[in-house]
Amino acid sequence: MNARVARALDAVTAERAENALLSVRGLTVRFRLRGGRTVAAVTDADFDLAAGECLALVGESGCGKSVLASALLGLLPANAETSGTALTDGTDLLAADEKTLARSVRGRRVGLVPQSPAAHLTPVRTVRAHLEETVRALTDTPRAGRRKAAEDAADRAAFPATHLDAYPHELSGGLAQRAATALALIGDAPLLLADEPTTGLDRDLVERTADELRRHTDDGRGLLLITHDLTAAARIADRVAVMYAGRIVEIAPAHRFFGTTGPAHPYARGLLDALPDRAFTPIPGMPPELSDLPEGCAFAARCPRATDLCATVPALRAGVACHHPERPRA
Amino acid sequence: MLELDAVTAGYTPREPVFRGASLTLAPGESVGLLGPSGCGKSTLARVAALLHRPDAGRLVLDGTEVTAWRHRAPREQRTAVGVVFQQPRTAADPRLSLADLIAEPLRATGRKAEAAARVAELAPAVGLTPELLTRRPHAVSDGQLQRACLARALSLRPRWLVCDEMTAMLDASTTAALVAAVESYRRETGAGLLAVGHDRVLLNRWCDRTVEWKDCLRTPGA
Ligand code: SF4
Repeated sequence: MNARVARALDAVTAERAENALLSVRGLTVRFRLRGGRTVAAVTDADFDLAAGECLALVGESGCGKSVLASALLGLLPANAETSGTALTDGTDLLAADEKTLARSVRGRRVGLVPQSPAAHLTPVRTVRAHLEETVRALTDTPRAGRRKAAEDAADRAAFPATHLDAYPHELSGGLAQRAATALALIGDAPLLLADEPTTGLDRDLVERTADELRRHTDDGRGLLLITHDLTAAARIADRVAVMYAGRIVEIAPAHRFFGTTGPAHPYARGLLDALPDRAFTPIPGMPPELSDLPEGCAFAARCPRATDLCATVPALRAGVACHHPERPRA
Repeated sequence: MLELDAVTAGYTPREPVFRGASLTLAPGESVGLLGPSGCGKSTLARVAALLHRPDAGRLVLDGTEVTAWRHRAPREQRTAVGVVFQQPRTAADPRLSLADLIAEPLRATGRKAEAAARVAELAPAVGLTPELLTRRPHAVSDGQLQRACLARALSLRPRWLVCDEMTAMLDASTTAALVAAVESYRRETGAGLLAVGHDRVLLNRWCDRTVEWKDCLRTPGA
């Protein structure tokens, strides 16, 4: 890459960071295991997220994307070691103490739309009780106004008023997902973090859930969508970040990534080609263990383009971490 | 042939999940059964796999009507159908290594002597390395565990395979790899397949034909 292009790209990155709702730099998470082994769950993740933007973080289970989400919310287990920064509105999420996170971050600056919402809700309390409690905890709404505020929150998430007095187990998967989204919206957090929000849902429900999340993004929120569902990501994301073995290996505009140009990283291309409406061919082999990563590019053992160069880890440049990126398909 | 004829099934007496579901698979045929979650298609899959006794209706397996289910079913019938579920975690004994997990059906049918050879044959077919075979479920990913569950389902060389949302939790590449493993087994053995799911694109690509759940509930001839 020539110096001018590199400078231009740096300028774009700097501008993004300036306007970012969330700016993540060098995010690294290690787990120390007994016996001295270390799990390199996330390594050097850099990305920015703007208001009104949806960034989809995609990759297979165990690639580190859920650990990354937990790190942003301060929800990692005690044996995790985190470094890097994640700035939102002047606060570094990675440096904040539990009190700050509980009081002013979770729910207020970052709303979490969880995986398996039914498990996230307390079984003995109705949806209304959940919503009112969250209104009490996160807003200054006076007691008399909480009922209305809860109903408004349900309405924003398209949760039907007729089911407000239902218990979690009485809800369908789709309604449970909306209840969880309503809860995530109450604190009016500028940043939404959705962790596999569509897993296990039927396709039309996947589409509806994704579209609803998109609507909340269009209202000016930033949405970090963590998913292994490429179809859902293609539907609503503005940009896509692909994670492999703990690293972001490609970050690209969604229209380019899913469109005729296609991904530039061989892993990302393989992942798309595995879809049943594309070639439906798997990537050979399996990802390496995060506790036993190879020296160079972690994808080398599975990569059709690997050369000797790949024995060193490729840096992320112009959105791709690869020594031999693929050419545009079209 | 695998014939499900006017099957009514459920978990509470007099409150079946569905009534009168029918579906017929020709020998060696692969059929995708498509329906929304909660419709009862998984229960029908369990009936087809001899794991759930229906309240009414018949299951005819290669010409013989099934009259006993679960452990009461005659071994010859039970072992003719292999089954893979959506959630590998709940379907795998956490105390077993993946190798023992795959060999479980062989041991349970008194064919322990064949186990090592059969596991060695199946592991590469589903993409598991020798090192992974020594691990227990908690030390592998969902995708790796599901590969082992598929190998287990194939261990007795079933003539029929029932896959109930086998790939619903998995990423695109693991999905394609598991489907490829099923298809190469079927090419080798001529086994038939009932793949139950909600992903139309996937089932259309995978199976000879795809049937809508609501069409299974239409009484034939009506
Ligand atoms: S750096 Fe080398 S091994 Fe890694 S993805 Fe690129 S070409 Fe393949």
